[in-house]
Amino acid sequence: MQSSGIQVLFEGANLSRLLGGLWVTLQIALISIAISAVLGVLFGIVMTSKSRVVRAVCRIYLEAVRIIPILVWLFIFYFGVTKALNIHLSGMFVSVLVFSLWGTAEMGDIVRGAVQSLPLHQREAGRAIGLTELQVYRYIIIPQAVRRLLPAAINLATRMIKTTSLVVIIGVVEVVKVGQQIIESNILNFPTASLWVYGLIFLLYFIICYPISLFSKRLETRWQS
Amino acid sequence: MDFEFIARHAGQFVQAAGLTLNLAFWGILLSLLIGLMCSLLIYFRVRVFSRVAKIYIELSRNTPLLIQLFFLFYGLPKIGVMISAQACAVIGLSFLGGSYMAESFRSGFEAVGKTQLEAGMSIGLTRRQLTRYIILPQAFSVSIPSLTANAIFLLKETSIFSAIALADLMFVAKDLIGMYYKTFEALSMLVASYLIILLPLSILLRWVERRVRYAEFGHTSAV
Repeated sequence: MQSSGIQVLFEGANLSRLLGGLWVTLQIALISIAISAVLGVLFGIVMTSKSRVVRAVCRIYLEAVRIIPILVWLFIFYFGVTKALNIHLSGMFVSVLVFSLWGTAEMGDIVRGAVQSLPLHQREAGRAIGLTELQVYRYIIIPQAVRRLLPAAINLATRMIKTTSLVVIIGVVEVVKVGQQIIESNILNFPTASLWVYGLIFLLYFIICYPISLFSKRLETRWQS
Repeated sequence: MDFEFIARHAGQFVQAAGLTLNLAFWGILLSLLIGLMCSLLIYFRVRVFSRVAKIYIELSRNTPLLIQLFFLFYGLPKIGVMISAQACAVIGLSFLGGSYMAESFRSGFEAVGKTQLEAGMSIGLTRRQLTRYIILPQAFSVSIPSLTANAIFLLKETSIFSAIALADLMFVAKDLIGMYYKTFEALSMLVASYLIILLPLSILLRWVERRVRYAEFGHTSAV
């Protein structure tokens, strides 16, 4: 019987396997987003440094991450670095590493933009009432900057979730790989499996990313007024 | 580093770069057209079509290109829709890029002041003239930075095309690593190829951006 290929999704443990694969994808995304959020804020603050050398080094890092496609970075770490250092890195580890490097750079740029968009007198007023440099950040810069950067940061998070679909190419067994396995093992019973499996994965990504981008859009409109 | 190896296989990279650029060119061009069309439909609140455009934008923005390509290339043939890998790549890229371009155009449209529209209407311009002479030129100059950023973004996204068996830069690099185990040589050529394509382009686009922003309303007073 091959009349309704959609049944392949409900055959055996197929659906739960796909969801399990999705969880692997999400884990990579969530860990990298968490790391990027922390390191990105620090990096962003470093980027506003007065020292020209520090700023230039940050800039080079940011541009280098930006100009090379993420997939190439995954290749560099998965094939190149492992061979150069003669070590083995799992695809999962490389993914988290590359996504964190990328996320930190992008997040840093968002933070830098937000911090620099604050009027200078805010900082000066803080100093004038005798706050230490740390207190100026804690009570004046960060609370105001967060509002300006949060929508962009959430957008970055959805971009990272979407980009995690690439990790299948360096051999991580995640949702796409599981999907391919299901398609291959059902090729005789359900020749149209690929349509339904990829359709479902498409939908799953949408279900995850859409609410997040909706949330970011709402924050943006609310905080603009 | 085996330079002889690099010299021997440089041709493959040049060929692959040609393919990448060719597909990216058509993808970006179509993205711009789709984006402009969608943003106009939404801006003028054209019935039904503006809804369709909005749904399309959300669908395309919230799903990864890789999955879109897999669906087009491996899924659709099962219901009789056969598309060549190259066409899939261009369709996929413009499906993704269209929504990004639409958002950029939209922010440009929104930046055109209401007084501008009213001034146009008061001198009796028709809606088409208003669009052609008042809205588009000003919107365009505001959108340019994000349009060019999108173009670079789309060009980088082409690196995924190897997943649907197109012999692009990634594909060649992976092939050389698998066949000769020349990891460093292949990766260096890969990075060099992308830098050769992307660096001049991003510098060029930054220059274009500066030139076009000159047309922006209020530009002279802002400086």
